[in-house]
Amino acid sequence: MLSNLLSGDLPRSRRLTAALLAILLALAFGPFLFPGVRAFSMMGMICVFIILVASYDLMLGYTHIVSFAHTMFFGIGAYGVAMAVGTWGNSFGSVLLGMAGALLLTIVLALLLGLLSLRVKAIFFALVTLAVAFAFLSLVTQLYPVTGGEDGMRVRVPRELGPAFRPLEQSLWGFSLPDFCSALVSGSATAWDDALFQVRINGRTLMYYVAFGTALLVFLFLLRVVNSPFGKVLQAIRENEFRAQALGYNTVLYRTSVVILSACLACLAGVLFALINRYVNPENTLAFELMVFILLMCVMGGMGTLYGAVVGASLFLLAQNYLQDLLKLLVTQLPPDSGLANLVGPERWLLWFGLLFVLSVYFFPAGVVGQLRRWSARRQQNNPVVEVVAKPGSQTLSS
Amino acid sequence: MSGASGNPRAALTLSGIHANIDQYHILEGVDLVVPAGELTVLLGRNGAGKSTTLRTIMGLTTIKAGRVRFGDHDITGWPTPRIARAGIAFVPEHMGVFGQLTVRENLVLAAINGPMDEDRLAWLLDLFPPLKKFWDRPAGNLSGGQKQMLAIGRAVIEPRQLLLIDEPTKGLAPAIINDLADALEQLKAEKVSILLVEQNFNFSRRLGQSVAVMNDGRVVHTGSMAELATDDALQHRLLGLGLGAHQ
Repeated sequence: MLSNLLSGDLPRSRRLTAALLAILLALAFGPFLFPGVRAFSMMGMICVFIILVASYDLMLGYTHIVSFAHTMFFGIGAYGVAMAVGTWGNSFGSVLLGMAGALLLTIVLALLLGLLSLRVKAIFFALVTLAVAFAFLSLVTQLYPVTGGEDGMRVRVPRELGPAFRPLEQSLWGFSLPDFCSALVSGSATAWDDALFQVRINGRTLMYYVAFGTALLVFLFLLRVVNSPFGKVLQAIRENEFRAQALGYNTVLYRTSVVILSACLACLAGVLFALINRYVNPENTLAFELMVFILLMCVMGGMGTLYGAVVGASLFLLAQNYLQDLLKLLVTQLPPDSGLANLVGPERWLLWFGLLFVLSVYFFPAGVVGQLRRWSARRQQNNPVVEVVAKPGSQTLSS
Repeated sequence: MSGASGNPRAALTLSGIHANIDQYHILEGVDLVVPAGELTVLLGRNGAGKSTTLRTIMGLTTIKAGRVRFGDHDITGWPTPRIARAGIAFVPEHMGVFGQLTVRENLVLAAINGPMDEDRLAWLLDLFPPLKKFWDRPAGNLSGGQKQMLAIGRAVIEPRQLLLIDEPTKGLAPAIINDLADALEQLKAEKVSILLVEQNFNFSRRLGQSVAVMNDGRVVHTGSMAELATDDALQHRLLGLGLGAHQ
């Protein structure tokens, strides 16, 4: 059943399975395991970025289409909702209307970009998408009366998704993993009691679970897509487009379809971002820096694996949010004013962040997921196993 | 020049084909007839334009002048996928398999008209037993000969009217070449029209019914393979080498 749910595309590595399970459980029970606004906000962002990075991986990892316009579609989703609720009020109808409008614009623009790939290939296509993305960013920044320019827009979410909405009168109990671990380290006798905390279920918690559920469904849907005959054609195009054409596949149709599908999912991620963050501006939705982050998450996690999007987004956002805290902790363990203490000072977190990325690429050239799978495959090859003669009766690609 | 085969029906006819690769004029008026149900070998020195001819038939190189007829259709200028769906299968040079997909996925991908026919699959796996053994392995892990078998298997997983095969023996060990020749003999017996580009004359001599020789972007000789195989002087004149040098 699990294999069917994952479309037969299992993690194929014990360590990867453990990591994915840990991420799944942490996100599923997050509000009850990690207290604090920052942790809550980060988990929401992980859900949004799983959709965003996985949709980008569909293009980059599975079809080898390099596009820098992915943030544009993310921004269209975010601004679509922000403008809709700003104009028609904070109702679910406005959110749906904004999302529908954003999706329509996304489909039109993605279709144009997809058709453009007929004439412009590889790096030239990437440069064109970059130009289009910058043009869109410039447009959003200039259209102050409509988009709020660089000031951005506050997103007034429906009441049911806001902090004032309380679906449950009484609070629930949570168990803080960080507090429990730190109590254990400090040798507190009341570690269990210290870790208990109260969780008030409100609209934001509901919104988080909407994002989590959507991320989970989108991820399973994408697994189904890449393991379907459609996905296999994409992988054939990735390897050699001419050969795929010589088999009879209209690769333009496939490339355009994948650009549109990927853009629509980026747009959906943008909608969720606007509803979770409740504030959109060009910097947090359309900036080139964000595009680079998406690319880094995709590469770090492992291109062409989809699971890489989950691992990459989680690792990247964890490092981005907690590296400074980790460095602060490290500094306290070092002699004050020593060279090393200066080097690991929390203000230098970006340096360490960059170094972490370089190291991850060095030690995990195929990304974390790709490398874990390689190690697992190598271990299996080293173990003498009886060669299984395959049963060629199964004809479906996903069987 | 004329097709020397006894079969009057042409599976494919090229008339005065000119084609460029970038600024280079590679095909300079190719005239060629591939008789239906026969195996035609296209011979010639390196750079004579043999592979470009196959790529041009498949629409992978733009035709500057001339016509390509496939059966009753004029397929000049058709896009590659349409040509493939019309019934021409192409086995490219360098064992053109999709290395990251499994053997099964490669074959399923090639069955463009729906699920693979069980009987045909069984026939194919009898023809190329290693494909059965490595059914769920990535094609990139196969040996050279196995990859070539997969590439040919992919081309015939569904019935096609014409197979274009580009140098299938390149880089393969003699034993593997024999296996490949046996398999192609079987395909020949199925009355599939085949246009085979080959440098290995012994392999060509064993399989070919008709032959065309190319030089400098033109077909300079057509005739029966039996005639060429027994005429050392003709071989020397057309191919620049005696039979012994091809072995």
